[in-house]
Amino acid sequence: MAIADATVQGITVDGVPLKDKLRRATRTSRVRAFLLVTPLLLFITVSFVLPIADMLFRSVDNPRISSLLPETVAALEQWDGKKLPDEAAFAALAKELKLRREDRNLGKAATRLNYERGGMRSLITKSARKLKRVERGPYKEAMVEIDEKWGQRETWAAIKLIGKRYTLVHYLAGVDRRFDADGNVVTQPEVRRIYITIWGRTLWVSLLVTAFCLLLGYPIAYLLATLPLRQSNLLMIMVLLPFWTSLLVRTTTWIVLLQSNGVINDILVWVGILSDEGRIRMIYNMTGTLIAMTQILLPFMVLPLYSVMKTISPSSMRAAQSLGANPFTAFVRIYMPQTVPGVGAGSLLVFIVSVGYYITPALVGGSTGQLISNFIAYHMKSSLNWGLAAALGAILLAGVLAIYWLYDRVVGIDNMKLG
Amino acid sequence: MALPPYIGPLGHAWHYLFLTICAAVFLFLIAPILVIVPLSFNAEPYFTFSQDMLALKPDAYSLRWYQDIIDNRQWLQSAKNSIIIAVFATSLATILGTVAALGLSRSYMPFRRVTMAVLISPMIVPIIISAAGMFFFYSKLGLAQTLPGLILAHTALGTPFVVITVTATLVGFDQTLVRAAAGLGAPPSRTFFKITMPLILPGVISGGLFAFITSFDEVVVVFFLAGFEQRTIPRQMWAGIREQISPTILAVATLLVFFSIMLLTAIELLRRRNERMRGLSPG
Repeated sequence: MAIADATVQGITVDGVPLKDKLRRATRTSRVRAFLLVTPLLLFITVSFVLPIADMLFRSVDNPRISSLLPETVAALEQWDGKKLPDEAAFAALAKELKLRREDRNLGKAATRLNYERGGMRSLITKSARKLKRVERGPYKEAMVEIDEKWGQRETWAAIKLIGKRYTLVHYLAGVDRRFDADGNVVTQPEVRRIYITIWGRTLWVSLLVTAFCLLLGYPIAYLLATLPLRQSNLLMIMVLLPFWTSLLVRTTTWIVLLQSNGVINDILVWVGILSDEGRIRMIYNMTGTLIAMTQILLPFMVLPLYSVMKTISPSSMRAAQSLGANPFTAFVRIYMPQTVPGVGAGSLLVFIVSVGYYITPALVGGSTGQLISNFIAYHMKSSLNWGLAAALGAILLAGVLAIYWLYDRVVGIDNMKLG
Repeated sequence: MALPPYIGPLGHAWHYLFLTICAAVFLFLIAPILVIVPLSFNAEPYFTFSQDMLALKPDAYSLRWYQDIIDNRQWLQSAKNSIIIAVFATSLATILGTVAALGLSRSYMPFRRVTMAVLISPMIVPIIISAAGMFFFYSKLGLAQTLPGLILAHTALGTPFVVITVTATLVGFDQTLVRAAAGLGAPPSRTFFKITMPLILPGVISGGLFAFITSFDEVVVVFFLAGFEQRTIPRQMWAGIREQISPTILAVATLLVFFSIMLLTAIELLRRRNERMRGLSPG
């Protein structure tokens, strides 16, 4: 009797309301599920997310000049930038240049300033050398004497700008902009303008590769989707084998095929289309990048297209034709609209991958086929302008995440298929 | 693809044109990979077919470039590095990824979307950015230019593939089997190893193979993180292509092509087995 009462009131045998019990059970299950994910979540956070965050921080972090020339930076803080700074700033800089020359850190400071303003490296080195003989002030005249650039407020504006602990100069440099002496954003002088071209080229190459992949991938995806399973499985291997073959191998093969003494040129000469002197240059330039990238990314287009086309019933086309549409109209008006999800998924996937492509352009791109990734690598490995590399990386990352967000809206992450 | 009887001569012409286009695209996809196989047996140090090779004279073919690989300490060292890094990274990625996928597939999993986004981020972020970030961060921790550093980096890059494939496998997994096992008195660990594991194993293995190939083929992170002693096969190929491209590269490439054929076969067999076990296709 008691148990029946309890059931009616929603109380379990041990006297706890059923609702509470259920809530507790649900919570336990939630915690358990989350605990299973925790190890990987922690691992990815430490080994991947933190490094990326660290890099993003580097794009605004700017400690070099403020730590190497602290007094100069402090003296320039009050300076309004209208006229030349006062003697205190000159004196501080002269003192610190001498100090940095003694502790051999002058080169670092000079390099950092030179990133922002060409000619600063030689100016700093020369001035530090000559300042050794200047024992006491006034330093203003002495320094202007050494180089008239010290009498220009732009030089000082550059030092003040780079002296800031946190800065946006790398982002501006990444899109060919800079701050002028008055703190306005202006376009870089023509000789220093490169990144707009590179961003444009990266987008253009990605669009072209996406278009080529779509153009080449659409027919074979259609063929694969309409053939009987046994034959299409066989042909599918020809799509999957490149997909599984090492990128380096595929890039190498294109070098072998396309170089001027390579297989394709040899065949063309042998057939007589080309003369021996007229061999075409197909590699170490934009053409090489485009051909190799298209072949390498083609499976990324074919696989999503195929999985969508597989679900389209052939009877809709037949119905259209029996209603009087000619095959072409039926294909364009009935079949193609149904493949749009596949086209969207494949195109976005290929585009995302090509925007950040590095290996192939680096190996077969020559000087005209380099993309933004290659410049990031260049600033990481060669010019050591890590702030700029990080800023370029951050802009690229933002772009990719935006496209990815679009991909998620159109396709959904959960629908992502592999192989 | 049988042609319907009602299409005219134009339809036929179009159909054959279509097949020709498809053949050309397939050729574009596969020919480059196949061309290097015979070239790697070239007796001459050139990257093109000599007259003698085309005449199929046995003298024109040789195994000298394969001998080169075996004789070269650098290639052997890089093969060893590649295998060590890939094996450890794959094991770690498979274990972490499978456990996480089990959690993600539970209906009670909180913050699923955000968690999923974080977990698969290594697959989405352009590799050059990952490599740059890892270079800075791992250098600070003293992990740059060490094998453990590379293993950690490659594990991170490989886990998304495991998470995705195992989660996909678990979609078709019948949770009542677990409840039945528990109802019959099996403790959770026994249920996992006796019931869950055998059923999701194909997904786990194919995820692991994806992680393996990701690590085995990865060059950009290695480019930034590895010193001379930690060079892997792709890094060594990179150096070969950049510095002095010799036909040895083609011999290595040929070996890698056969390696990928083996992997592809393994994946394909697993996929079919998986579909059969889930009753998606007749067996």
